[in-house]
Amino acid sequence: MVEDSLSSNAEFLSGWEMVVGLEVHCELKTRTKLFCGCMNAFGQEPNTSICPVCLGLPGSLPVINEHAVELAIRIGLALNCRVDESIFHRKNYFYPDMPKDYQISQYEKAINENGYLELPLSKKRVRIERAHIEEDTGKTTHVGGDGGRIHGAVHSLVDYNRAGIPLVEIVSAPDLRSAEEAREYVSELRSILVASGASDGKMEEGSLRVDANVSVRRSGSREFGTRCEIKNLNSLRSLGRAIAYEAERQVELIESGQVVVQQTRHWNEDQGVTTAMRSKEEAYDYRYFPEPDLVPLCPSKEWVSEIGSRIGLLPADRRKRLTSLFEGVESGSTFDQIVTVVGLGLDELVVGAVEGGADPRLALARAANEVAANMVNQANLSVEAFGELIKMESAGQLSATQAKTVLGKMLESGYRPQEVAASLGFEALDTAVLEALIDQVISTSPKEWERFSSGEDQLTGFFVGQVMKLSKGRADGKVVTAALHSRRA
Amino acid sequence: MPESISRKEVKHVASLAKLALSDEEELMYTDQLAAILDHARDIMALDTAKFAPTAHPLELNNVFRSDVEKASLDRDEVLSQAPASQDGRFVVPRILGEAP
Amino acid sequence: MTASTIGMSAFEIATLVRSKQVSAAEVTHEHLALVKARDGDLNSFLQISEEAALASAKAVDEMIAKGEDPGALAGVPIALKDNLVTRGISTTCASQILKAWKPPYDATVILKARAAGAVALGKTNLDEFAMGSSTENSSFGPTRNPYDLGRVPGGSSGGSAAAVAAKFAPIALGSDTGGSIRQPAALCGIVGVKPTYGLVSRYGLIAFASSLDQIGPFARNVKDAALLLQVIAGHDRMDSTSLGGPVPDLLSDIENGVEGLRIGVIEELIDGVSPMVGTALDSAANSLSAQGAQVEHLSVPAVKYGLSAYYLIAPAEASSNLARYDGVRYGLRVEGQDMNETYVASRTKGFGPEVKRRIMLGTFALSSGYYDAYYGRAQRVRTMIIDSFRKAYESFDVLLSPTSPTTAFELGAKAADPLSMYLSDVCTIPTNLAGHPAISVPYGEGENEMPIGVQILAPALGEANMFKVARALERGAPLIAKKLFWE
Ligand SMILES: [Mg+2]
Ligand SMILES: [Zn+2]
Repeated sequence: MVEDSLSSNAEFLSGWEMVVGLEVHCELKTRTKLFCGCMNAFGQEPNTSICPVCLGLPGSLPVINEHAVELAIRIGLALNCRVDESIFHRKNYFYPDMPKDYQISQYEKAINENGYLELPLSKKRVRIERAHIEEDTGKTTHVGGDGGRIHGAVHSLVDYNRAGIPLVEIVSAPDLRSAEEAREYVSELRSILVASGASDGKMEEGSLRVDANVSVRRSGSREFGTRCEIKNLNSLRSLGRAIAYEAERQVELIESGQVVVQQTRHWNEDQGVTTAMRSKEEAYDYRYFPEPDLVPLCPSKEWVSEIGSRIGLLPADRRKRLTSLFEGVESGSTFDQIVTVVGLGLDELVVGAVEGGADPRLALARAANEVAANMVNQANLSVEAFGELIKMESAGQLSATQAKTVLGKMLESGYRPQEVAASLGFEALDTAVLEALIDQVISTSPKEWERFSSGEDQLTGFFVGQVMKLSKGRADGKVVTAALHSRRA
Repeated sequence: MPESISRKEVKHVASLAKLALSDEEELMYTDQLAAILDHARDIMALDTAKFAPTAHPLELNNVFRSDVEKASLDRDEVLSQAPASQDGRFVVPRILGEAP
Repeated sequence: MTASTIGMSAFEIATLVRSKQVSAAEVTHEHLALVKARDGDLNSFLQISEEAALASAKAVDEMIAKGEDPGALAGVPIALKDNLVTRGISTTCASQILKAWKPPYDATVILKARAAGAVALGKTNLDEFAMGSSTENSSFGPTRNPYDLGRVPGGSSGGSAAAVAAKFAPIALGSDTGGSIRQPAALCGIVGVKPTYGLVSRYGLIAFASSLDQIGPFARNVKDAALLLQVIAGHDRMDSTSLGGPVPDLLSDIENGVEGLRIGVIEELIDGVSPMVGTALDSAANSLSAQGAQVEHLSVPAVKYGLSAYYLIAPAEASSNLARYDGVRYGLRVEGQDMNETYVASRTKGFGPEVKRRIMLGTFALSSGYYDAYYGRAQRVRTMIIDSFRKAYESFDVLLSPTSPTTAFELGAKAADPLSMYLSDVCTIPTNLAGHPAISVPYGEGENEMPIGVQILAPALGEANMFKVARALERGAPLIAKKLFWE
C-alpha cells in the first residue's frame, strides 16, 4: 500500500500538534442481516433484499443474528477489549435511509470496551474506547442538480438492501497525532478485521467507512482544541488528505485570530477541501433509550474463549511469522512488503510456498506486488502452484519478466505454472543453448569482453542485455550474470 | 409550583417529533402535558435510588437467530404500498442536510 | 341447519362444525349477515373481509370433508383488532396515516388462529394506535357500547369488545398495553385477558409501547377465552421477547374450583371506584370465599404509582415506535417542498390529537436533560411495582380488584380532559408494568345498568390459576339483564 507523502503538511504544522480520533464502521461478513434473514450482499438489484423487519414495517420485530455477535466478539478480542454483557439502545432521528427512523445501536453498555491497537511500525498503542454493534442504513441516490450530490438534487431514491446489515463501530481514543498515524491505524485495523474473519475490509465497497475527529493544539499544550468531525472517508488516501487539510485549516483559522467552530464536515475529494455540512437548524437530540424489542446480550466466558480460540493468527503474529523467514527486518522495504502481504491476507501463500522450499524473498516480493495487484482473482491461486512458480523462477527456468507474466495468467486461469509457461512458449533455456548464445555475444563484442574480463563490472549489464536480446527474453538475467562471471574467472 | 413544561419546550418537542402545531394547539398541548406531568409528581417525591431501572419485564437474555437466509419480500408488492417509487427504489423529496 | 349459531360459544360452534352438524360456511354467513345488518349502529368493524372469511370457512369445511381435523377453533368466527397485521387486508390502526396500507405479511397470532380453524370476519375499531380508553380516538368514528349506544365500549380494543358483546363473533383478539383488553371487556360485559408478557408473540402487532403490549383474547365466557389463548400462545422465533418452554395448560383445571386458594383484594385499587363497582367487588370476594377460597384484603403499596410511571414509559416507547410513519415507504404522504417538510406535513395530517399528545409527551420524557427525571425515574418506579407484587404473591395465589373504576361513560364525557380519561386505566396498568397476566370477568350490572368487570391478577405465567378463579367467579356472578341494542 504505497501512499503519497505528506511531509509538506508536517512542516506546515511546526509548532502545532494535531489530535485525531477515528470512528470506523465495519460491515460484518455474515450471510444475513443483523436482525432478519435477508441476504447480506453487495451489489444486488435495489430493494430485493428486504423484509418486514429491515424495512421497519409496522408490527415487525428484530431478532439478533448470533453469528454477527460472534464476529463482533472476535473484533473485540482482536483489539484487546473487555468483552462483556451489553444491551441495545434506540438512537432516534429522522432520515429517509433509516426505515424505522431510529437506529438500533449500543450506547451505554457496548459489547467490547477498553481495548487497544498497536501500530506495526512505531509500536504505539492506540486506545480503543469501544467497538459496538449496530445496524447499517439504506442508501440514498440524489437525482438532478450537481452531479449526484445532495445539494441541489431534485429528489432522492432510496434502496434498503443495505439497511440492517451488521456493523461494528470501532471508536478510538484521540491518540493519533498525524495523518500518517491515522492511515497506519486504519490500515492495521483493516488487517485485523480481515485476519479475524470479521470483515472483508473492502473500503471501495463501503464495508469499511471512516469518520475522523480532528483538532489542533500548540505543541506542548495538554488541552484539546475544538474538534471537527469529517464524515465518510472511504479510502486511506482520502483519510490522509482530509485530516491534513482539516488540521491546516484549523491552524490557519487560529493563527488569523479566528476560532474553530465544532461542526461536522464533508471531504470533497475532487477539490481537496473539507466543507461544513448544511444541517437542519435544530440541535440533534437522539433520545437514546433501551431497545424494548431486544433482550440483553450476556456472552458466557466459555463462549467468548471458544470464539477466541477460533480467531486464528492476528496480523502482528502473522508479521512475526513472516519476519522470522528473514534476518533482521523490523523496517525497510522488506518489512513494508510484509505489512502489505499480511494486510491483504496473502501471508499464508508466502509461508506455504516457503515451507514447500521456495525462496522467501522472491515469494514475498511476488505476493506483495503481482498477487496484491490482482486481489480479485486471488482465490485462483493455490499455495502449491505459487510455490512451484517461485521455484521455477529461482532455478532460472523462467526469467523475472516471464515469471510475472506466468503469475498473471495463473491468477486469471487457475492453471499450474508449467502449463502456463508451456502455453506461452516459455521453455527454459538449456545450459548448452545459453552457453552458445554467450559465445555468440563474445564473438561480436571482443573489445568489450576484454574489458569485462579484466574487471570492468559496469559492463555486466551490457552483456546480459545482449544475451537477453538474442534469447528473445527467454534467458534469466541472474543465470546469465552468473554464467558471464564464471566465464571470466 | 413551577411549570413542568413550557410552551417553548412543547414547540421544541413537536419539532423533534416532526409535528406542526398551530398557536392554539401549542397552548392546548402545553396545558394538557403540564397537567399530566403534574400528576406524575407523585413519583418525583419517591426515593427510587435503591431500585434499578426496569426496561423490560422479562428476565431473558441471549435470544438469537442463526445466520440463515430467509426469503425476501417481493419488490413490486412492497413498492405498490409506497407513496412514490421509481426504478425499483422509493422516491423521496429533496433532502436538505446529510444524516446526523 | 339445526339452530342459529348466533350467541353460541366458540366451544359449541367448533363442536358442531367438527361433528358436521353445521358447516363453517353456514356459521360464517350467519355471523356476517348479523354484522352487516347491525354494525351500522355500533361501528365495531372498520372492515369486513367477507371474501377471505368465506375462503377460510371453505377450507375448514374441505378439511372436515376429507376427514381431517381443522383444529380447536374449527369454523369459529373471530374478530381482529385492526392493529394486527393481515396480509393483503388493509390494516389501519384506526389512523389516517395507515388508511390505505395493505401489509405484505401476517401477524403470528393470525397464522396460529387460522391454523386452528378460526374464520376471521374482519378488522375491528380501536383508539388510534391503541391510545385511548373509549375508542373515541378512532379516526374512523367511535364504536358504541352494545348495551347503550350513547355510551363508550371502553378502549382501546373497543371494536373487538363491542363485536363480541353484540354476538357478532364469539371471540376476538385485542391488545392490552395498559388495560386495552380488560377495560373494554368490563365495560361491554364480556371476558378479556391480558396474558403474561411474552406468552403470546407480538410479531405483527403494530407497536404502541413494546415493553407493555400484549395480544389477548376476548370471549363471552371464561372457557372460550382460555381456549383462544391456548391457541395463540407459545414461543415464536420472530419475537425476541417471546417466552420459550411449553404453553401452560389452561383448560384441564379450569373447573376445579378455588378451594384453598389464597386470594388478596388490593386495597389501593378500591379507592375512588364508583359505589356499585365497590359493592360488586365485595360480592365477588364473598362468592369466592363461599366457594372455599381464603380471601383477604392486602396492601400493594406501589401500585398507586402505576399510572404516573405508565404515562411516562408508554408514551416514550410510542414516540419512537411511531417515528416510522414518515411518508416514505408506506402510508400517508403529504408532499412538502423537501423531505423535512414532507415528514412534518404527513405526520401532522396523519395523526390525531391523542397520538400527537402522547408522541410529544414521550419525546419530552426522553429528551436531553429530562430523561433521568422522567423516563429513568419511571423505570425505577416500575421496578418498585414489580417488587411490591413479588411480596404480595409470597402470600397470595391471585389478587382481586375492579377492572375499571366506573361502568361505561357517555360518549364525549372525558374527551376534553385527557387526564380524566387516563384515570380509567388506574386498575389495569400495574399488571402491564409488571408483565403479569390479568383477566376481567363480568360481574353483574352497576350504574345505569351497565356491566361491571372484576379483575383477577396473577404472577407471571400464573394463567392456569387465574382462569380457575375466573371460572369460579363466573359461576357465581349475577347475570346482565340489560338487552343488547339489537335484541
Ligand atoms: Mg454509529
Ligand atoms: Zn430483512
